[in-house]
Amino acid sequence: METAKSLRVRVWRGGESGYWAEYAVAARDNQTVLDVVTEIQRRHEPSLAYRFACRVGVCGSCAMTVNGQPRWTCRTHVRKVVHDGQLTIEPLRNLPRIKDLVCDLEPFIDTWQRAGAIFQGRSDRNDPPQKVDPESISRKQADAALQCINCGVCYSACDVVYWNRRYLGPAALNRVWTLLNDERHSEHQGTFNKAFSRDGCSSCHSHGNCARFCPVELSPASSIAGLKKMAFRGYKARLAHE
Amino acid sequence: MNEQALFVVQRISAAMLAPMVLVHLALILIAVEGGLSAEEILSRTRDNVGWALFYGVFVVSAAAHAPIGIRNILREWTRLGWKAIDGLAMVVCATLLVLGMSAVIAVF
Ligand code: HEM
Ligand code: SF4
Ligand code: SF4
Ligand code: FES
Repeated sequence: METAKSLRVRVWRGGESGYWAEYAVAARDNQTVLDVVTEIQRRHEPSLAYRFACRVGVCGSCAMTVNGQPRWTCRTHVRKVVHDGQLTIEPLRNLPRIKDLVCDLEPFIDTWQRAGAIFQGRSDRNDPPQKVDPESISRKQADAALQCINCGVCYSACDVVYWNRRYLGPAALNRVWTLLNDERHSEHQGTFNKAFSRDGCSSCHSHGNCARFCPVELSPASSIAGLKKMAFRGYKARLAHE
Repeated sequence: MNEQALFVVQRISAAMLAPMVLVHLALILIAVEGGLSAEEILSRTRDNVGWALFYGVFVVSAAAHAPIGIRNILREWTRLGWKAIDGLAMVVCATLLVLGMSAVIAVF
């Protein structure tokens, strides 16, 4: 009698130190990596810790390392990443491990602050909405980099982050690029100076792993290249009052 | 110098080094043609202000370019802080300047 096909799944258990647990999970025609993790938690290992929320690629909370590469697990089909019926699932690289598949995102979120990637408006609720020309070059550049879901995949994919944990990393610098192209942002010069300080833009080697793995197909590498060009022109905030 | 200035200096010096390395390689090939003894080479380089200037600029570019690049490598591959890294980069810069300039002067 032919047995139903199954996947051999190795899952990281524990924190910084831990061990690999192996599970056999039924292989199905349509199955995401997150489905596999959920099945393990429901059927085999109720104490397995992992994160997810939307299951449709919007919230950015389900990223893990799958067979050595960072993925958004809810939108990654098993058949796309499986090797010889094997899946190896562990937390994102470059971040402290808390438990099982859950890592501590704080260092990643901190990079937004350190990079000055915080929007600061120049008007208040009594002002009319500011008009932005959708056809302007800066608006188009910002739009191209805008849809980040903060999943941390690029941060995990970046070798410079691996070597130097102080490096601001692709996601925060990509966000800086959108702000510097946003005429409603009031802190252009301050944001630029923070992004180009030590362990900032000039630490990037342009090797493009961030763009290769970003699940929503942004290119932080191109955004950082844009920031580097700004340095070349001797960045001066375009707005008169700064 | 802040990071922005260092970044710009490194890329400008790279842009200068690229053609200069090619000229240097071409010169090596041409120089071999007329014999390779120290005397023969010196006879062509002595009192040649053009080449002294060319190699002077070459040395300065390399002495600016390499230490800035080494900062990133040290940051990635060691646990040194920025102060120590900047200190080491200055040593590399000074070494390249002294070695390079003494070579330029020796053949002038
Ligand atoms: C043909 C001439 C050269 C060009 C076009 C060039 C270009 C570059 C560029 C673009 C970078 C930045 C790489 C990055 O950030 O990822 C770099 C880094 C570097 N360069 Fe050069 N360079 C040249 C010659 C030299 C020479 C002659 C030296 C040594 C004396 C040197 C030493 C370095 C070092 C140590 C780095 C840092 C490596 C890194 O950041 O990955 N370069 N070079
Ligand atoms: S291009 Fe820059 S930010 Fe992107 S992965 Fe490479 S070093 Fe990291
Ligand atoms: S840039 Fe892409 S990979 Fe990086 S956090 Fe945003 S969505 Fe994720
Ligand atoms: S669960 Fe929301 S992006 Fe995957």
